[in-house]
Amino acid sequence: MKVQQISIFMENRAGRLAAVARLLGTTGINIRALSLADTSDFGILRLIVDKPEEAKKALKANSFTFNVTDVVAVQIPDEPGGLASVLEALQAQNVNVEYMYAFVEKCGGKAIVVFRFDDLDGAIGLLQGAGVRVLSRQEVLSL
Amino acid sequence: MPAMIEKKSKPDIRIWQPECECMERSALEALQAERLRLQVERVWQHCPYYAAKMREAGVEPGQIRTIDDVRRLPVTTKADLRDNYPFGIFASPLKDVVRLHASTGTTGKPTVVGYTRDDMQVWSDLVARFLVAGGLTNEDIVQIAFGYGLFTGGFGLHYGAERVGATVIPASSGNTERQIMILRDFGTTALVCTPTYAVYLGEALKQAGVDPEQLALRLGFFGGEFWTHAIRAKIEELYGITATDNYGLSEVVGPGVSGECPYQDGMHIAEDHFLVEVVDPTTLEPVPIGELGELVITTLSKKANPVIRYRTRDISRLNSEPCACGRTMRRMAKVTGRTDDMLIIRGVNVFPSQIEHVLLQFEDAQPHYLLVVTRERQMDQLEVRIEVSEYLFSDQMRQLHDIRERLQRKIDSALGIRAKLTLVEPGSLERFTGKAKRVLDLRNSEIPKN
Repeated sequence: MKVQQISIFMENRAGRLAAVARLLGTTGINIRALSLADTSDFGILRLIVDKPEEAKKALKANSFTFNVTDVVAVQIPDEPGGLASVLEALQAQNVNVEYMYAFVEKCGGKAIVVFRFDDLDGAIGLLQGAGVRVLSRQEVLSL
Repeated sequence: MPAMIEKKSKPDIRIWQPECECMERSALEALQAERLRLQVERVWQHCPYYAAKMREAGVEPGQIRTIDDVRRLPVTTKADLRDNYPFGIFASPLKDVVRLHASTGTTGKPTVVGYTRDDMQVWSDLVARFLVAGGLTNEDIVQIAFGYGLFTGGFGLHYGAERVGATVIPASSGNTERQIMILRDFGTTALVCTPTYAVYLGEALKQAGVDPEQLALRLGFFGGEFWTHAIRAKIEELYGITATDNYGLSEVVGPGVSGECPYQDGMHIAEDHFLVEVVDPTTLEPVPIGELGELVITTLSKKANPVIRYRTRDISRLNSEPCACGRTMRRMAKVTGRTDDMLIIRGVNVFPSQIEHVLLQFEDAQPHYLLVVTRERQMDQLEVRIEVSEYLFSDQMRQLHDIRERLQRKIDSALGIRAKLTLVEPGSLERFTGKAKRVLDLRNSEIPKN
């Protein structure tokens, strides 16, 4: 139920984002979802890619600093209030969202949102209990 | 004869010369004062060069009574030794000198050092001290893979190990295939070489189909170059051994000035033979104990060529806390820098090694960093650029900020001045660095900052 996310350290200066995108592009890796958190000096680029192992190899070979974090991809009805109902179910049980971002594509007419929780396993159980569909790693990779 | 004692409760604690290494501090200081007095008298009489320097400084042997009086004496530099090449600073006639060694002369002539028969005896015991402290016994088989020759490392360790009564293999450096053959066939239990070579040899063993952990090896004595605690951990894991560090320089004796005990928390200085000061390299004033400064060493027993207040250029700090091993000799930290790298920023002495110290608390690998000094409106500005390794990185902005804050606080308190901290991507410092360049001083140049 967990999906591997690759987070990369980036200096906040021109051309760095392009360098990562180009590297992954030439290696034949497709970015499925991404988020960029940044400050004036540096940023963290978080990615879900179709070939995580190859992406790690390419990043390592090009001496990027990165780590791999487990996140959860959740299907959410693409309608007003869709996200709110999911978040409320989590809030009721005191599960914290550390960060979240959305997939570019839809799956079965629904939006896909990536979550990082402080208690990942607890959150998965809660979501499934509340009837929210959590995507498997295979489903995410084959999107 | 020195007795080897074994404390039963702590099986790893062995002390080669307990009557010296565990002396009461008051007795030790009295001994140091007495030996200092004799040493100064000796150079006054037998080394015209030192006598002239003392006269110039307006000091006579009679004024040197306590160990603090050492500060009245003029310091000796590498250049002083070189100016007296080869034997000009010797206090013994050559007929009494039984051995010569020399330091590598990267600039010009080497520095020549001599040993009388007594000096050889003392030197062997000093090396034996750290070998025994690190666990060596007379049942060990020691493979010495340091170069033999003018360099003090090979012969120093050789005589020390023989003194302990171990079986010594003078393998010398190089020829990895032969080293592997000896390691395997002779059943080597203790390895002596540079840390870099230990890592290299471990890889070569694996390639040759030998599991380093299956060897009889149990101890390693590494030195001759700077190495981190991370490299130690790597070597210890690779071979399944205990690796200890030791320190010395040919100008004062060679290996044997200080060495680690099994607690691996600093190197015990042979204070009965060396008076060690830690000074501010610009003012030559002593720094408070525990603070970084330059090691200045006076030999207290050396006969062939005594040195008075030799400026080692090595940066370290002392620890006078009692050690659990029972030795009363103060400990010095690993040497992490040279005064040649020192910067003066807004009147404060800054060593790149201070940044390294801080970073080593955060990461397990050799950190990459660069100190950039600029001058803006007549004010020196220091920027510390640190490559973010996986140890410093987090995928959460809040944690990354916390790490950065902690680094900033530790760096500011280590340096005593405020530095601008910039986290940079790995590899981005390479455009400035040749080998291990840690400083980019732009104060007197027109080059723009970025």
